[in-house]
Amino acid sequence: MLFQDGFMNSTFSLVPLVFLLPLLGILVNWLIGKYIGEKGIGTVASLATGGSFFVSVLLALALLKDHAGAQVPFLQWISIGSFNLNWVFRVDTLSVTMMLVVSGVGLLIHIYSIGYMHEDVRHQGDPKRFRRFFIFLNLFILAMMLLVTGDNFLVLFVGWEGVGLCSYLLLGFWFEKGEGGIGNAKAAKKAFITNRIGDFGFLIAIFLIFWNFGTLNFGEVFAMVPAIAQSQPGALVAITLFMLLGVTGKSAQIPLYVWLPDAMAGPTPVSALIHAATMVTAGVYLMVRSQALYIATPVAQQVVVWIGALTALLAGLIAVAQFDIKKVLAYSTISQLGFMVAAVGLGAEIAAMFHLVTHAFFKALLFLSSGSVILGMEHGLSAGAHGNAQPHDDPQDMRNMGGLRKNMPVTFVVYLIGALALAGIAPLSGFFSKDEILVAASQGNKAVFLILLFAAFLTAFYMGRQIFMVFFGEARTNAAKNAKESSLLVTIPLMILAVLSVAGGALNLPGKHTLEHWLSSTLEIRHPAEFIWSIAIASFSIAIIAILLAYFIYGKKPLENAKAVDPLSKSLGGAFNLMNKKFLVDEFYQAVVLKPYTKLADFSARVVDQAGIDGVVNGIGSLTTSFSGLLRKLQTGFARTYALSIFIGVVAILVYLLTRI
Amino acid sequence: MPLSYFLGISIVMFTIGVLGVLLRRNALVILMSLELMFNSANLLFVAYANYHQILTGQIMVFFVMAVAAAEVGIGLALLVAIFRVKKSIDIDQMSSLKG
Repeated sequence: MLFQDGFMNSTFSLVPLVFLLPLLGILVNWLIGKYIGEKGIGTVASLATGGSFFVSVLLALALLKDHAGAQVPFLQWISIGSFNLNWVFRVDTLSVTMMLVVSGVGLLIHIYSIGYMHEDVRHQGDPKRFRRFFIFLNLFILAMMLLVTGDNFLVLFVGWEGVGLCSYLLLGFWFEKGEGGIGNAKAAKKAFITNRIGDFGFLIAIFLIFWNFGTLNFGEVFAMVPAIAQSQPGALVAITLFMLLGVTGKSAQIPLYVWLPDAMAGPTPVSALIHAATMVTAGVYLMVRSQALYIATPVAQQVVVWIGALTALLAGLIAVAQFDIKKVLAYSTISQLGFMVAAVGLGAEIAAMFHLVTHAFFKALLFLSSGSVILGMEHGLSAGAHGNAQPHDDPQDMRNMGGLRKNMPVTFVVYLIGALALAGIAPLSGFFSKDEILVAASQGNKAVFLILLFAAFLTAFYMGRQIFMVFFGEARTNAAKNAKESSLLVTIPLMILAVLSVAGGALNLPGKHTLEHWLSSTLEIRHPAEFIWSIAIASFSIAIIAILLAYFIYGKKPLENAKAVDPLSKSLGGAFNLMNKKFLVDEFYQAVVLKPYTKLADFSARVVDQAGIDGVVNGIGSLTTSFSGLLRKLQTGFARTYALSIFIGVVAILVYLLTRI
Repeated sequence: MPLSYFLGISIVMFTIGVLGVLLRRNALVILMSLELMFNSANLLFVAYANYHQILTGQIMVFFVMAVAAAEVGIGLALLVAIFRVKKSIDIDQMSSLKG
């Protein structure tokens, strides 16, 4: 079975390397990282990821010849009776696409991190953590590779948990920093626990799959779907919905998206790699991979569509009213993930994958550029410290920026490219991928189409707002005035990503549909991509209108100083405040979920445990004590008393024996 | 002499022994009372052996005497040890295990 027809393309058997190279990188940095200096550590880690990328490219080239791909067995894992579960690497067009994105974007972010972390560890005051950062990054690549190459749900789940762990470790990288010295640790904990809820759903889905299908292997499960759909449609609905819960956790959808904005506590490369480009797309990947399950359950598909669309809308609205440069991007990420999830629900898996790839490019670009902006601001803060700069000026608050295009020209250009790509301006990559999703929505569900169109409008608007606030106008603080362009190590990855963001649309150009043909050997294409001029023009003009609107509100008359009120809040009033406060969702969860939960925990601790269980245990103890207190009286300590009782006992036995007959 | 004489003496000796163990407080006297009980039993063995004209009972007596000697040896050793600690061999003083 595993060795199909005894034939195995020799290139395909290289696939374990995508996992083993990062492992090697971790080991090298762990064992000798102390002695090779920052450059050495960064080089080792980047080479490990670069090696993974190289292998992924080789795999992609081999796949061009042999579309079927292969399953490469690696280790025997679980073998119980007739149930066999092996660690098998799956090479097909879908997994290789993910591998390319993960290792490619990952490589650029590794290189960027060498420059960024060099500054950051000094700014935060602990240069020793440089090595730890790169070990974690490689660990993340390793886990992500495990996730996308796994040939069964359990291996995928191991990777799924692995990336969750890396997310926790990396976003709590400065765990002793943040609000009150505990803010970052709290954010990491929130992300981990929220993901835990999602993982619980995914785990239940896996159990249900095992129970109903008797196997966890992708190929076998998907082949059995039609039969199961006939015999147990309910089970299939349960599986898909529990899996969706897992997806809402990992891919930050309603109701579990709340962890992602807080995850911005991590260093910026982490936000770019994990919380924008790769890890958060794992949920989308899972649903695309499990396409067969969702096709068979229209109910689940409807739920998926609505969750995606509503997330796109809600997160877009919140993003409009944020001031932290990274928070805007975080909500934008949630919103774009909503687009992808909605696309999967609409049956447009190709469009989802397309948007996943282009989003990985331009969102990584945006995050990394925002990191460059933050570096510049931090530099400006320390440079202007002799003057009258406010040391407490938040280098991430967009109100403190302004006019940065003069000091940071390279960052400005790449940021602009990323923002335009995200806003959906033709012919940048975001335009094509978003357009495909909108086309699928217009054919599938009109209400969802309108919601997504509005979300696209919001996307263009908040990106325009950000650009005008950050880069145009006059510097509003000394930090912004003294900001300095980042080093080449930082800007070169940005330029590469900018090129990818511009050209990414070529992956699946209307008329050519390269990506669709590429993925068609793995996925079932239900809605071949179409290019509808009216929708393209509509989405394009909506983006233009939104940017113009942003220009009239923020560009024409820039904020006067860092304390100025956002002009939008004047016109929107309370609604703006509500959006700025994130619709009070966190507070809502606090009141509805956390408070009762804490109360319940308190109740179980005080009443059930201390009074109930402890009471029973202590009661039995004290009962025994008092009863034995009575018995104790018999023990007089006088040997003669014992002798008497022995004597009486003997007499009694004798009497019994003699009178028995 | 009729058998009943021996039985009577044996019963009397045994009763004295039991009462001595139960009533006296001096550990040495208690050991002596125990000897009385052993010997009342021995007397019965010998009497019945003679009565039935078999040797088994006579042999049994030697065993009892040997065991009793060993028991007294241990008992006296214990008494010496106790005396060293308590400076007394009053059995009622040894009540450390009182509950």
